[in-house]
Amino acid sequence: MKAPLLRVEGLTKRFGALVVTDDVSFTLDGGRLVALIGPNGAGKTTLIDQLSGAARPDAGHIVFDGADISRRDMPARAALGLVRSFQIAAVLHEFSVLDNVALAVQARSGSSFRFCGRASREDGLNTPALAALDRVGLLARAGDLARELSHGEKRLLEIAIALALKPRLMLLDEPFAGLGAEETRAGVRLIGGLKSEVAMLLVEHDLDAVFALADEIAVLVDGRLIAWGTPDAIRADKGVRAAYLGEEAFA
Amino acid sequence: MTMRGQAPAILLFAGLVLFPFAARFGADAYLIALGARMLILALAALSLDFLVGQGALISFGHAAYLGIGAYSVVLASLVGIDDFLLQALIAIAAAAVFAALTGYVSLRASGVYYIMSTLAFGQMLYFLFVSLSVLGGDDGYTLSSRSRVFGRPLIASDFAFYFLCLAVLACAYLLLARITQSRFGRVLNAIRQNPMRARAVGFRPFPFQLAACVIAGAIAAVAGTLIANQSEFVAPAFMSWQRSGELLVMTILGGVGSLWGAILGALAYLTLEETLSLITDQTHLIIGPLLIIVALFGRRGLAGALTPRLSGAAA
Repeated sequence: MKAPLLRVEGLTKRFGALVVTDDVSFTLDGGRLVALIGPNGAGKTTLIDQLSGAARPDAGHIVFDGADISRRDMPARAALGLVRSFQIAAVLHEFSVLDNVALAVQARSGSSFRFCGRASREDGLNTPALAALDRVGLLARAGDLARELSHGEKRLLEIAIALALKPRLMLLDEPFAGLGAEETRAGVRLIGGLKSEVAMLLVEHDLDAVFALADEIAVLVDGRLIAWGTPDAIRADKGVRAAYLGEEAFA
Repeated sequence: MTMRGQAPAILLFAGLVLFPFAARFGADAYLIALGARMLILALAALSLDFLVGQGALISFGHAAYLGIGAYSVVLASLVGIDDFLLQALIAIAAAAVFAALTGYVSLRASGVYYIMSTLAFGQMLYFLFVSLSVLGGDDGYTLSSRSRVFGRPLIASDFAFYFLCLAVLACAYLLLARITQSRFGRVLNAIRQNPMRARAVGFRPFPFQLAACVIAGAIAAVAGTLIANQSEFVAPAFMSWQRSGELLVMTILGGVGSLWGAILGALAYLTLEETLSLITDQTHLIIGPLLIIVALFGRRGLAGALTPRLSGAAA
């Protein structure tokens, strides 16, 4: 039997008396897209933070590809292929769009303690970066400064940066937040197209997008996983309806 | 960087090459000595701009490296080493060790706490040299002569010494400009803009920031060896916190991040100070308000004013 790509055991995080992650355990197999849904304040971003290494859990273990990574920091996890995007697009505004992605390629290709040579002219970095930009449809903006991008384009750039890291599991924190209907549709097409290459854990409020993309859906309420199943099973789950989903989501 | 982007730097250095010849017409040896002093402080400001502009590491103890460089000359000459290149190598090594040790501690802190710990380390070194009566303590130490180069008194004249300072400044500028464009520089710059983003793609900030501290410290220490030779005198006052503050002022006045802006800022600040001192004793009553105006209205300093709209809209 093949070990799961990600195994989480008894993950717990408290902020003072508030338990934001309450004994969360699950496994995630490669090649799957799992959507994590739940009401505001359910602790979705805090969970992503712990998985990516941005926050430390108070208890529990995270096992990625057979290795316990609970105590490893974010750069170490990124190097293993556990890569995240941010809810608030965190791109480097003073760099060109291309340089934003090339920096990610650089992280995976040789030492960065090189003091000579122009990094922005290295074909070995730029070629894969341009391919990632092409993938998300930003090739035409490669030479522009990242600050000149629209909000939606910055979200796409985030995904291109994540792709350039050759991820094995992408943690996508609300990639469609603040996007218009047309941009969201394009985003759903993009992420749907990536499903065959990389496993994803997607936090998203847009339920249409979630049901269109997810192989499995996990429901987080008050820091606890109350349900995990196929979209159909989640749609039919009475507990989920009561706790979170409005009837309109099932129309 | 394009040729176009380098144009202000090329003009600046051309002006600095011509300056001593112009000063000679005026037959004013004092001006050449003053020019050398400006170049030396510009070198220190340049190295500080690398830290602040590329690494967002605002050091309030950068003058410590001037002191390390200056006292390296004293200690070297005490043991009979009077060659400038050897003295500079000793200074670079000493500065690298000091930068690595203090950076290792200071970089654990961030923001104002980083600034405070650099200030504290600078002051520790200052008081160490104040207490060393062998080296003259607070009164300082007078050198018997300038260092030699290849065993000869090549930099004994102010004219030759000026060009040594200018050559070192130009080399340091080219070196730092090159590092800024390198893989290392790109990561350092990314960490400055958004540390979380840098970490998320796999870069730990600490080693890059520490290396930046060592590079900047080493260059400032070379400035220290020069300033000891310029005045043929060394005192703890070279590394007082006021001097660290002045270096920051020069950097900010010139415009953080362009490197050549820091050189311009140093020259402008010292020229202003020198000119005003002819008129009044209270130079800082005038310089102070000018700095406030720069801080409020000219966020990108002199460099920003001279290069309108090179790239993007400044927020």
